[in-house]
Amino acid sequence: MAISRRDLLKGVASGGLLLASGISPVEAAMSNELPPQAVGILYDATLCIGCKACMVNCKQSNCQPGGALYREGMKSPPYESKGPKGNEGIWDAPQELSGKTLNIIKVYKNGTGENKDTAVNGYAFFKQQCLHCVTPACASVCPAGAFKKDPENGVVSYIEGKCIGCRYCQLACPFGVPRYEWDAAWPAVRKCQLCNHRYKEGKFSACAETCPTGATIFGKVRELREEARRRLALKPGTEYAFPIQTLASREKNRRPVAKYADGVYGLNEAGGTQNMMLSGISFELLGFSKDIRKSALPDLTWAYIAKIPWVFAGVFLGGTTIYKITHRGDKGDSHD
Amino acid sequence: MIDVEKYVGPRLGGVIRKLMNTEHSDHLGITMKTPFTLVLVVLICGAAVAAIYRLIFGIGPASNLSDLWPWGLWIAFDVLGGVAMAAGGFLIAAAVYILNWKKYKCICRASILNAFFGYLLAAISICLDIGRSFVIWHPMVMWQVNSIMFIVAIHVVLYTSTLATESSPMVFEKLGMNRALDRVNRLMVGIVLFGVLLSLLHQSSLGAVYLIAPGKLSPLWYSTYLPYMFLVSAIMMGISMVSFETLLTGKVFNHEPPREVVLGLARGVLITGGVYFAMKIGHLITGPGFGAVLDGSFLGNLWLLEMAVGVVLPLVLLSFRSVRTNFDRIFMVNILVIVGVLQNRLNVGIFGVSEFATRAGGDYFPSTMEWMLTVGMIAFAILGFKVCAKYLNLFPETHH
Ligand code: SF4
Ligand code: SF4
Ligand code: SF4
Repeated sequence: MAISRRDLLKGVASGGLLLASGISPVEAAMSNELPPQAVGILYDATLCIGCKACMVNCKQSNCQPGGALYREGMKSPPYESKGPKGNEGIWDAPQELSGKTLNIIKVYKNGTGENKDTAVNGYAFFKQQCLHCVTPACASVCPAGAFKKDPENGVVSYIEGKCIGCRYCQLACPFGVPRYEWDAAWPAVRKCQLCNHRYKEGKFSACAETCPTGATIFGKVRELREEARRRLALKPGTEYAFPIQTLASREKNRRPVAKYADGVYGLNEAGGTQNMMLSGISFELLGFSKDIRKSALPDLTWAYIAKIPWVFAGVFLGGTTIYKITHRGDKGDSHD
Repeated sequence: MIDVEKYVGPRLGGVIRKLMNTEHSDHLGITMKTPFTLVLVVLICGAAVAAIYRLIFGIGPASNLSDLWPWGLWIAFDVLGGVAMAAGGFLIAAAVYILNWKKYKCICRASILNAFFGYLLAAISICLDIGRSFVIWHPMVMWQVNSIMFIVAIHVVLYTSTLATESSPMVFEKLGMNRALDRVNRLMVGIVLFGVLLSLLHQSSLGAVYLIAPGKLSPLWYSTYLPYMFLVSAIMMGISMVSFETLLTGKVFNHEPPREVVLGLARGVLITGGVYFAMKIGHLITGPGFGAVLDGSFLGNLWLLEMAVGVVLPLVLLSFRSVRTNFDRIFMVNILVIVGVLQNRLNVGIFGVSEFATRAGGDYFPSTMEWMLTVGMIAFAILGFKVCAKYLNLFPETHH
């Protein structure tokens, strides 16, 4: 080989430079801590009457400037009127979360469906939306950094201008939340952003604002967790004053406490979420998977990523050494 | 011959004339005007139509993907499969330039070129798969080091350029650009080393893409060792691919595949296949257990299929000397390995998430557009390789 040591080192060094620039931002492993002013929603399925007022207000409010569904020049909110038969463009009837719907109330039904919040021969309502994970998988996987978790209030929001549409967020979110605008030529991802565009005006989540029974309430996550635990500790049948809209609200819904199944959904799921749920029947029956890890998902990936600098070092050192050994006394041989 | 200089001027004309010169490959007897070429061209046109349709109307109308199946054929086959098929490039380059195993030098150019086409397949498909193709450069400026997808993207770009650089001597040589040729050659070892690094990371990071989804990918495939299983299977498949293509070019072009090389590659498949087999069985024992694949379920059968075709059968066959030393039999084994590992990638990328998706109410079968693009891209790779074999000095040793 007519290659000199200097040339070799030059090649290695130029590669090394490239990678050095690649490793420097590696301090960026995600935090697993709940942000100081974290806000969220507590949804108590035993209070939900399935009126879907939250869905209406969610869609309307998020089509205001800054909202998660807002598009410049939009004339009306993106209604989905194709669902049930006989509804040709009459009312908004989404069947699933979608690029047009950030929040949905669904019903569980079994047998005769007589008793509310009962697994057998009963029915129950439940709410799907983004849970605002403490360590969001969606934000960790996005190659363009199009998801951001607010360091103060912990809201996970989406920056449309950055997204390239790879849909890795959809694969990564353990709750199946992010939805894509499949019918658009220049599509965006859509998901609940906890109505963060309304905080400036002193308002809060539109769904909590409009919920008539206090099934959906907005508040500080730490306080909501306490409230959830308090409810779980109450004896079924005793009367309790459930706050409406927010925890601190003076308006209450006085009624007997139902029997809760399981614990609080969202305390540990995927490392904890800022939205939490309580239910009278097990969450699994409501379609919330039991397989979800009880620790932060991005840690799984980080374990791999953290090894990369070592691979860099190993390959360059090992490769150079091997090269030197195998090319000892190997001179004048032409190479192509 | 057409007088190109007359149409495009003397300088460009000279370049074209040099490029069109096929003296060095005449002995290979490659003819371009065949019905097969015509079929390839038709398929490529089909892919172009699909690509344009996709760019104009969006990913939704062009594909059968949905919120519950965000990734389909393009990711599972073109990207996961295409990249795995390309593993031969870095292996042979490393064997020749780093380990100084001179006998593999004669297939070095061909395997690097093959890798280049594999990556091209992946890169173009990614471009079209993402919903906003025209901003594909975003990750390059919006760094997000937590994301495996970011790492994958960076690697595709860097490694495709690395492969292009590794292949460039063939073109420079052809054009008589000696200065450039010299420069690339002098940096070759560094470039190759860089390519090895990128490949190790890239092959494994494609497996790491799924680390975040333990609740979605079936436990038959999900493992924290998935990145390493991807790497080892890619190496096994990469070697098979190189061997396959060496034997194939030997069959269709007039050129005798170097015996020592083919036998060496077969040994390589045997060794890496053994390691991969141990990893897969180890994962099965420590993870889902034998019951999970033997219960006759759809996914269990797919696991068995992938293992039987891609690993067990090849290993058993290669353990016979009579197979290991016979060109035609090695050729068959190579096909088995390639099909088996591709099946593995489809299992991970499509079937492995099906249980989650169907539980949530989704269903997926690739659309016509998706098929057209994938098939057309494969045709493009075959035709591209053929063209390069004709117009570039792809098999330097066969001169003598
Ligand atoms: S629920 Fe899904 S979309 Fe919402 S923050 Fe968590 S990972 Fe992201
Ligand atoms: S689809 Fe957009 S938001 Fe989701 S991971 Fe890809 S680039 Fe990020
Ligand atoms: S917080 Fe806002 S965006 Fe989210 S579900 Fe409620 S109303 Fe919709």
